[in-house]
Amino acid sequence: MNKNNNRKWQDYQKEIAEDDYYYARSCIRQNFFPGSEETFLRILREVLGKNVYDDPHQTTCTGIAYHSGIVPIETTMTVVARQYSLMNDAGYRNFIPSCVTSFGIYTEMEDAWKHFPETLDNTRKQLHSSTGREFEQPENLVHTSDIIYKFRNEIAAKAKYRLINKETGEPLKVVDHVGCHYAKIFPSKGVGGAEFPKVLTGMIEAWGGEVVDYPERRHCCGFGFRNYIVKENRAYPLSNSKLKFDSMKPYQPDFIVTNCPGCTFFLDRWQYVLAEAEGITYGENGYGIPVLTYEEMAGLILGLDPWEMGMQLHQVSVESLLDKIGIEYDPHAKYLGGKMEYLGAPKEPKVLKV
Amino acid sequence: MSKIIDELKQDLRFIEGLKACISCGVCTAVCPAAQFYQYSPRDIMLTVQQGDEEKIDQLLKSDTIWYCGECLSCKTRCPRGNTPGYVIQALRQLSQQRGLFAQSRLGRQQLEVKRIIGDTMLKRGYCVYVDDVETDYHPEQGPVWDWFRKHTATISRRIGANYDGEGSGSMRRIAEEDMAELRAIFEETGAMERFETIEKWIANEQE
Repeated sequence: MNKNNNRKWQDYQKEIAEDDYYYARSCIRQNFFPGSEETFLRILREVLGKNVYDDPHQTTCTGIAYHSGIVPIETTMTVVARQYSLMNDAGYRNFIPSCVTSFGIYTEMEDAWKHFPETLDNTRKQLHSSTGREFEQPENLVHTSDIIYKFRNEIAAKAKYRLINKETGEPLKVVDHVGCHYAKIFPSKGVGGAEFPKVLTGMIEAWGGEVVDYPERRHCCGFGFRNYIVKENRAYPLSNSKLKFDSMKPYQPDFIVTNCPGCTFFLDRWQYVLAEAEGITYGENGYGIPVLTYEEMAGLILGLDPWEMGMQLHQVSVESLLDKIGIEYDPHAKYLGGKMEYLGAPKEPKVLKV
Repeated sequence: MSKIIDELKQDLRFIEGLKACISCGVCTAVCPAAQFYQYSPRDIMLTVQQGDEEKIDQLLKSDTIWYCGECLSCKTRCPRGNTPGYVIQALRQLSQQRGLFAQSRLGRQQLEVKRIIGDTMLKRGYCVYVDDVETDYHPEQGPVWDWFRKHTATISRRIGANYDGEGSGSMRRIAEEDMAELRAIFEETGAMERFETIEKWIANEQE
């Protein structure tokens, strides 16, 4: 790396607090991949010995509503301020949202308050008038994937497995998909910036995998907020994801990892749709390419049970990946409930093998 | 009614989003919506920069301002520090405030967005909640979603979530005291007024 690149890289380093985090949950992930939210807490508390507060009083940040244009910016600012007030009540200073849209919302509101100080005053007034609350901004605001990135070497030291094909000894080929609002809005707020984000590649490389570079690597998954919410617009997100799948397919990735709740969902589900509607599959032998959250990736190498992490809630099955790594798991336990009762398997898709 | 451009200049996203557009077209080149639709953020930036009231009025009545997916890739790449995505947020806001959104097909979809996302926030405190996501409306969810919804409570226990429970955890029920604060914020800051505006203008359009 030459001198100039070193200087550039320095611009995109960010301070990530060491401990004592206030956890702000994601609406999408709590409902679509709830196991990942709990896995994050397990890894931080049980593996890394960190203190994280999980507050029952928090609500949506309004991110999806804001980016769909149905709430004014003043509403989002004041809801953000209430979340900060809750953090203050709990005695914390380090705010860590698990949603990339939320992370973008918090960084955008911070930026607006900085450039337009009168809006910060107004937010204080509106929060107080509506709830009687006051608030202080966090000392440290990072995304939860930044925390796992920060402790990637500690996790590697405790790992039971590595991202290596057990049969061939070769590194697994991993596609990193970083959610747009992680660094595209404010590149200086993401580890490595927007063009060459390190947040996921740092984890992949520390855990033995090989990062796949492909043409549409930085393209949006296509969520597009109102472009997905309204049924008749959904060709837009589907086409965006297809563009990415077509672009990555020749590289034969073993799996995709994302740091965004929406991206995980779309890259998983659109593979199902493309298989059923068009007969196209992107994995080997009629299967899809497994799509993981970074906590699932970390949990797997740490030896956590895939079904206790909720990986049975993916529409693209993950067993091909578990087998490649050589992870020990009970295939019959996939469809068990909370009392270890058998629930029956979901209906199988017609085309996509699961 | 005041001039459109003066109203836009009241919105901090317009101030932040439009500094001086050199019409290089980078925003359109990287824009996923421009790749998919007949759409150009560059054209929007030029229209608002020129300040022609009639043209901006047409924009507010058109489908054009509703294509953007708000990925904000344009913000990263603009060589002059403009953000077309922010300008579009300001245009969408004004289109709704003036009731002009009801004159375009995509604009009228705001009613659906409000009833799905807005009403879920008011009812549950989440933008989205497992019980409200039906596979009829969301066939892309696939059979695994039907399975999850059929067994949500027991699967939730298995993976350490707290479906419809009190206290903290994924999918917990948000307490009434917190819902009351959220609704009070919505009332205070104009979200409730926006919801009513959307309902009212669409009702007028249908009469």
